[in-house]
Amino acid sequence: MPELLGKDFTPPDIRGKVTGAAKYAEDFRMDGLLYCRLLTSPMPHARVLNIDLSKALGMEGVVDILTADEVPEQPGAATNILTNEPHFVGEPILAVAAVDETIAQNAIEAIKLDFEPLPFCVDPLESLRPGGPNAYLEGNAVVPRQGVQEFKWTAEDFEAAGEGELPMGEPTAEWSYGDLEAGFSEAVFTLDETFVTASNSHHSMEPRTALAYWENGKCHVRGSTQSQSFVVPGLANYIGIEPENVVYVAEYCGGGFGSKGSAYPTMAIPAHMSRKTGRPVLMRISRAEEYFLGSARPGFQGRIKMGFREDGRISAVDLYIVQESGSNGGGGDMGAAASSVSIVYTPLAMRYRGISVLTNTPPRGAQRGPGQNQIAMAVEPLLDKAARQLGIDLVAIRRINAPTNDSRYGANRQPVTSAHLRDALDIGAEQFAWQERRARSGQRDGSKIRAVAVGQAFHSAGSSGYDGLVRITPDGILHIHSGVGNLGTYSYASTSRVAAEVLKYDWDNCEIARGDSSLGLPWNLGQFGSNTSFTMTRTNYAAAMDTLSKLKEIAAMEFGGSAEDYDISGESVFNRSNPSRRMSYARAAQRAIELGGAYSGHTVPDDINPMTARAVAGLVDTGLIGVARDNMGQRGMVPALAVGFIEIELDVETGKVEILDYLGVADCGTVNHPQGLATQIKGGAVMGFGMACTERLIYDNVWGLPGSVGFYQAKPPSYLDVPSEMGWAAVNIADPQNPVGSKGIGEPVMGCSAAALLCAISEALGGHYFNRTPVVIDMIVNAHSGQPQSHTPLQVNTQ
Amino acid sequence: MMKDMIPGFELIQPTSIEGALNLLEEYGENGWALAGGMDSLGWFKNRGKRPEAVIDLEGLDALKGIDETADGIEIGALTTLTEIELNPLIRERFWLLAEAASKVASPQIRNAGTLGGNLCQDTRCWYYRYGVSCYRAGGNTCYAAAPEALNREHAIFGASRCVAVSPSDTATALVALDAEMVVRNSSGERVIKAENFFMEPAVDIMRMTVLDPEDLLIKVRIPNTWTGADFYFEKVSDRGSWDFPLVSVALAIKSTGDRIDDARIVCGAVQCIPRRLRNVEAMIRGQGRDEDTAAQAGAMAIQGAKVLNYNHFKIPLMENLVKRAVRG
Ligand SMILES: Cc1cc2nc3c(=O)[nH]c(=O)nc-3n(C[C@H](O)[C@H](O)[C@H](O)COP(=O)(O)OP(=O)(O)OC[C@H]3O[C@@H](n4cnc5c(N)ncnc54)[C@H](O)[C@@H]3O)c2cc1C
Ligand code: SF4
Repeated sequence: MPELLGKDFTPPDIRGKVTGAAKYAEDFRMDGLLYCRLLTSPMPHARVLNIDLSKALGMEGVVDILTADEVPEQPGAATNILTNEPHFVGEPILAVAAVDETIAQNAIEAIKLDFEPLPFCVDPLESLRPGGPNAYLEGNAVVPRQGVQEFKWTAEDFEAAGEGELPMGEPTAEWSYGDLEAGFSEAVFTLDETFVTASNSHHSMEPRTALAYWENGKCHVRGSTQSQSFVVPGLANYIGIEPENVVYVAEYCGGGFGSKGSAYPTMAIPAHMSRKTGRPVLMRISRAEEYFLGSARPGFQGRIKMGFREDGRISAVDLYIVQESGSNGGGGDMGAAASSVSIVYTPLAMRYRGISVLTNTPPRGAQRGPGQNQIAMAVEPLLDKAARQLGIDLVAIRRINAPTNDSRYGANRQPVTSAHLRDALDIGAEQFAWQERRARSGQRDGSKIRAVAVGQAFHSAGSSGYDGLVRITPDGILHIHSGVGNLGTYSYASTSRVAAEVLKYDWDNCEIARGDSSLGLPWNLGQFGSNTSFTMTRTNYAAAMDTLSKLKEIAAMEFGGSAEDYDISGESVFNRSNPSRRMSYARAAQRAIELGGAYSGHTVPDDINPMTARAVAGLVDTGLIGVARDNMGQRGMVPALAVGFIEIELDVETGKVEILDYLGVADCGTVNHPQGLATQIKGGAVMGFGMACTERLIYDNVWGLPGSVGFYQAKPPSYLDVPSEMGWAAVNIADPQNPVGSKGIGEPVMGCSAAALLCAISEALGGHYFNRTPVVIDMIVNAHSGQPQSHTPLQVNTQ
Repeated sequence: MMKDMIPGFELIQPTSIEGALNLLEEYGENGWALAGGMDSLGWFKNRGKRPEAVIDLEGLDALKGIDETADGIEIGALTTLTEIELNPLIRERFWLLAEAASKVASPQIRNAGTLGGNLCQDTRCWYYRYGVSCYRAGGNTCYAAAPEALNREHAIFGASRCVAVSPSDTATALVALDAEMVVRNSSGERVIKAENFFMEPAVDIMRMTVLDPEDLLIKVRIPNTWTGADFYFEKVSDRGSWDFPLVSVALAIKSTGDRIDDARIVCGAVQCIPRRLRNVEAMIRGQGRDEDTAAQAGAMAIQGAKVLNYNHFKIPLMENLVKRAVRG
């Protein structure tokens, strides 16, 4: 029976956050600090012809100006640190450092820039038309290994599509499995639907501020990132130095949702400016700037054909996605979406085709459930449409298609570590009283209609092969060195407890070393992709097991016998047959220092990452060092699966939707930290409700101007838009490929809530399917009053 | 283009109304009266408006508070929206205003935002706020009325080159309550009916109210005319909080039995000014307060509406809200 795992605890960073003592990147101040502001592009695509800095440089308090020529250029469509050819409104062109921010901003106004406006495009489909505009001078699509290329479909491709249907020209990505034709001919019911899922901003609460200074050849950066160690190589690259010369501090992160998983270009600006001026530089990013620099989820214009057997089983899926990829080519959303369909619905045969198109809008990047959550919003309502047609219960149609432990994933038909979506559906149906509530779904009271629905989502949630590092100091304290980062989920702490559990530590005697690379942090994967719970329990387990072996060896050296004769309890190691031969961990740590070698970090395993080796080198002789790479092996993809059950009331006269109740159920392996899981399920649900219904990312097609550059315009849900109480549950079946049974869960808990809400809205409207997200009030009002929608079916940037 | 960086200006903090009025006169177009700052600071941060001098009204205690008078109440222009929302007298007699105030923005904004500021705030047309040089900003085109423009929030009535709408929730309620605005400048005081306080673009495209730069809104008077009436306020916005209206309705109605004696109905966010529905008021007078009358009222309310590309949903929405208001 575990002592720590599966129980709630108070993560060590909570106090600082609640009291305000926690220092985020913009809370640091230093002597001689300069403040940096950005001159950003007013145009969606332009070339800077001439820059006149003379007036700005002559202003009192202005110290220096950094231009694009002074920073490393990024390849292909990757976002540049600074640029003379901006590809979106808001892209940084140059940076001004001054003794305060107002002076820096005034100097920016005094800079004279001559621009040559260039053609631009904000709609992927327009760009694919013959002769359509390109986002880049070089073209409009990022082709793997070939960079930016021009990609056009033919006029016939466009003509072949019926009214409102997605044309399907040549894709840049494609895979398939099974016999598609046979699958469709087996089907008794086939859907062929065009859909749009709008892009939405990440709206991280903490804008991506950074501070940098140089000391003894090293660049010290305080940044805002989800990840810690994973950021360092990329950041070093942006600065143009070796990773060992970066000291990186990111103790707290006010939200990233994927947009701060890796290093990003702007965070290197203070480092370059500091190198140029010889002074520390702070660059605070404003709320408005965050909407340009802070990334957004790629939108989809898609089409899906699904064949259903009479029993609801999906016999074939043919999916096409045009991904709106902003100025940088976005991420792998479309492929992830397709793989998600392959595992959530396990179609007997499937084909996927996709093309990612550049637009002159902000860079796109992974956002919580990248691809998986968009496709959940598109497909889940269609599943309901099929269920209605076939006369099958909404849970039943999901059950019959749900994956099991034997299911296969994606193009390569990879195995999975464990999949219990059916159990999640069953648990949820039971707890939510599905049958009873369904009986009242559709009931009308005045202008209000009740609806009860269910939604599902998935994300691959675990990785392996990273390093663990723990240390027992002679005072007996266990230091768990975590390089994963602190996105705010507390999983850095809950996964650290695995080391304490293995070593039977009292949690009060454990400290987590984190948030500052100079503390000696191992090479870990970033805190993204729902992976932390799986990946980091394994690394911490590996390091703890190494520590355990070393403890036993040290005790055997002291008391005789072999290491196998020893066991641990009460933070000491003892001889099983003669428990009086007992050595405290504190004493063992002291002995480790005396013994040297691997015991105190003089030597390290060959297979650990150089970053971990450097971390250990800095900790030599401070105690007993446990360090190991996670070599436990992993066969297959780790599926995180989630289901959301919802009851709403929709007022057909006003279009207002009230969420009456919500229950989220997770298949995340063994529950390690119940409170953390509950928070993920509920927080993910809130974010999902926003993505489904309230959030907006709009662009004027003619001017390429953004219309949602503040919280009040971009509209993440408010307190009054979500139920104050929500339920949660977990399947709680151990994943066999994790030493403590854990799998991640952070992402699908958002997708399933979004899907559930959309399904419920369609249900309330008697089976009106919008095939479009977000479903905003005007769409509901139009639908109910029988008016056409304002947008055409494939239009983007309007909601 | 968003800057998020307030430029320097002269900050003057008068302690008397006279002092403030003198300063407003002195600075004219280059001065700016600052109340709660909830709109002003946004403009300053984006450097969209750059007054030379900001005249902070905070020290003018005479403009704060709610008083009972012989024939109604008076609300000082600097009274916060939270105070209005919670004030027992307003809740009892003019619930409509308390309700409208409670639906403004978010609790934080209501704590800082004042009634005067809420009534005098500028439109939220996103193009204009973004900083384009449109008619309202002194330019020579309207971005929001262009053929492909995104104008979901914009006007369905009364457009004249500018298609922006009035964002104020309290304005809608005050027109329905037949309030009066007490306005003063250094040469004297005048009283303006709430209904005549707001500016149509056809008259002056660069102002939202009839106030001149040297004018100060001192207080708002609400007569007892509608005390004891039935009220209805409903605002539809994308979110339950922290959001401007897509369409709103404010109604004051007096009935005998189920016969309607008199009513005032006003819709918000459909026009550049709160839109009083005089024809509907006249039509329902003497009718029963029932489904039929409500339906007729809704249908009449939207007569003459003109839609842009993305706002035709406002027609059924407005019709429904008026119907709901009359239905009660
Ligand atoms: C995110 C957000 C959401 C919002 N949502 C809503 C909403 O849903 N509904 C709504 O009604 N409002 C909304 N608002 C607007 C907000 O309520 C107003 O900005 C606020 O009430 C303005 O009051 P203030 O005291 O802060 O005014 P200030 O910002 O100080 O002033 C606003 C304007 O009024 C002028 N002014 C102020 N007082 C006087 C006076 N006594 N005489 C003459 N001129 C004066 C100022 O010169 C300035 O031009 C929102 C605002 C924000 C920022
Ligand atoms: S609607 Fe008015 S404020 Fe908006 S762009 Fe047009 S003129 Fe400017």
